[in-house]
Amino acid sequence: MEISGKEQAYKIQYASRNLWSGVLFGLGMVAFLDEALFHQILGWHHFYDKSTTEIGLLSDGLFHAFSWFATVGSLFMVADLRRRNGFWLKRWYGGVLLGAGGFNLYDGIVHHKILKVHQIRYDTDNLFLYDVVWNSIAAVILIIGIIVTLKTRHMLKRSNS
Amino acid sequence: MAHPHHGNDFPQTAEIILSLPFILGIVIYLFMMIYTNKQGRKWPIYRAFLWVSGSFLSLIAVAGPLAELSHTDFRVHMIGHLLLGMLGPLLMVLGAPVTLLLRSLPVRQARRVTKLFRSKIAEFLSHPLVTSTLNIGGLWVLYTTNLYVMMHEYMWLHIVVHLHVFLAGYLFTVSMIYIDPIPHRRSFFSRSIILVLALAAHGILSKYIYYTPPIGVPPYEAEVGGMIMYYGGDAVDLIIIIILCAQWYKATKPRVHRKQKLASI
Repeated sequence: MEISGKEQAYKIQYASRNLWSGVLFGLGMVAFLDEALFHQILGWHHFYDKSTTEIGLLSDGLFHAFSWFATVGSLFMVADLRRRNGFWLKRWYGGVLLGAGGFNLYDGIVHHKILKVHQIRYDTDNLFLYDVVWNSIAAVILIIGIIVTLKTRHMLKRSNS
Repeated sequence: MAHPHHGNDFPQTAEIILSLPFILGIVIYLFMMIYTNKQGRKWPIYRAFLWVSGSFLSLIAVAGPLAELSHTDFRVHMIGHLLLGMLGPLLMVLGAPVTLLLRSLPVRQARRVTKLFRSKIAEFLSHPLVTSTLNIGGLWVLYTTNLYVMMHEYMWLHIVVHLHVFLAGYLFTVSMIYIDPIPHRRSFFSRSIILVLALAAHGILSKYIYYTPPIGVPPYEAEVGGMIMYYGGDAVDLIIIIILCAQWYKATKPRVHRKQKLASI
């Protein structure tokens, strides 16, 4: 009983670190899947699109580099939380869903549509449908992430009171 | 498509001048290793392996068939650049040459070397912002001005550019991951931020090259070269990121648990 109480205390102490580690991993994982699946395996995304704006190139470059670092860094954060007995799985995957959904939505709306970094697919007449499906999936993941995170927040509040 | 060409004597002379430092580096390193081993302090063999393989990869980028092909083919040039400016220097840094040097020198001379490392100029040259600017900024100048085409015309320029690519890559790696003793240390956080920015600038330049071929480079070669630079850079930087994070992880080891462990024994 006492051990679980102690572990609970560690979880609470590192609550925000769990969340951030999850967000970073979600962001990094989605960026990695995007690269592996849509660029390399399916070949839907193009390496470069002539209509890319300068800010699009900048945003894409920064997000790419950041997500590369975040994937590795967030996993080291998980290892760190575990050795401190403070890993909180539910809060962590809440963060993963937030990061994954949030980044996918940013990618689908800002990168694809506003900054025109590249489109989802080029050999299709119905790009709009792809955009709708892409952004809907992203929004659903984001909403589930918000729900899971709010649930863990209830636990936080309960233990505080 | 016409390629920039040069006289017949220039490649060979340049190859000899550029490969000499790497050959000397291998010889001196192995000599120091044998010396310290004789003194009773065993130098790890894997470090020697890293130093020699890093030197070798840098070497084949400046001399031999790969170097010769890179004069006329931008794709090969880019592979050479990744070896000379990124992978070679990284492996050499992991060889911990300064630690070996300090071990094999007499105390008085070793002190002189550490004094040099504590100097203002060393502080400046080991600052991650400075090394990133030298490294990525140098590449921007090389590929977006007529320097790339000039480099194939003038031997001294060819030598200076290649030396710069290697030294900037080496200093960049040294400023990001601390393998050898380094007096002016920066926080993990600031190094991480600068590493991400440098990686982003490298990726953006790769895409810029993809759609804006450097002067004298055919579009197709620029496209493939840009992608080699992009993904190759990602691969080498991944190693640097993992090492940096692992060092961070080690440095932030919680003390409380060690005490608890001691108490439980």
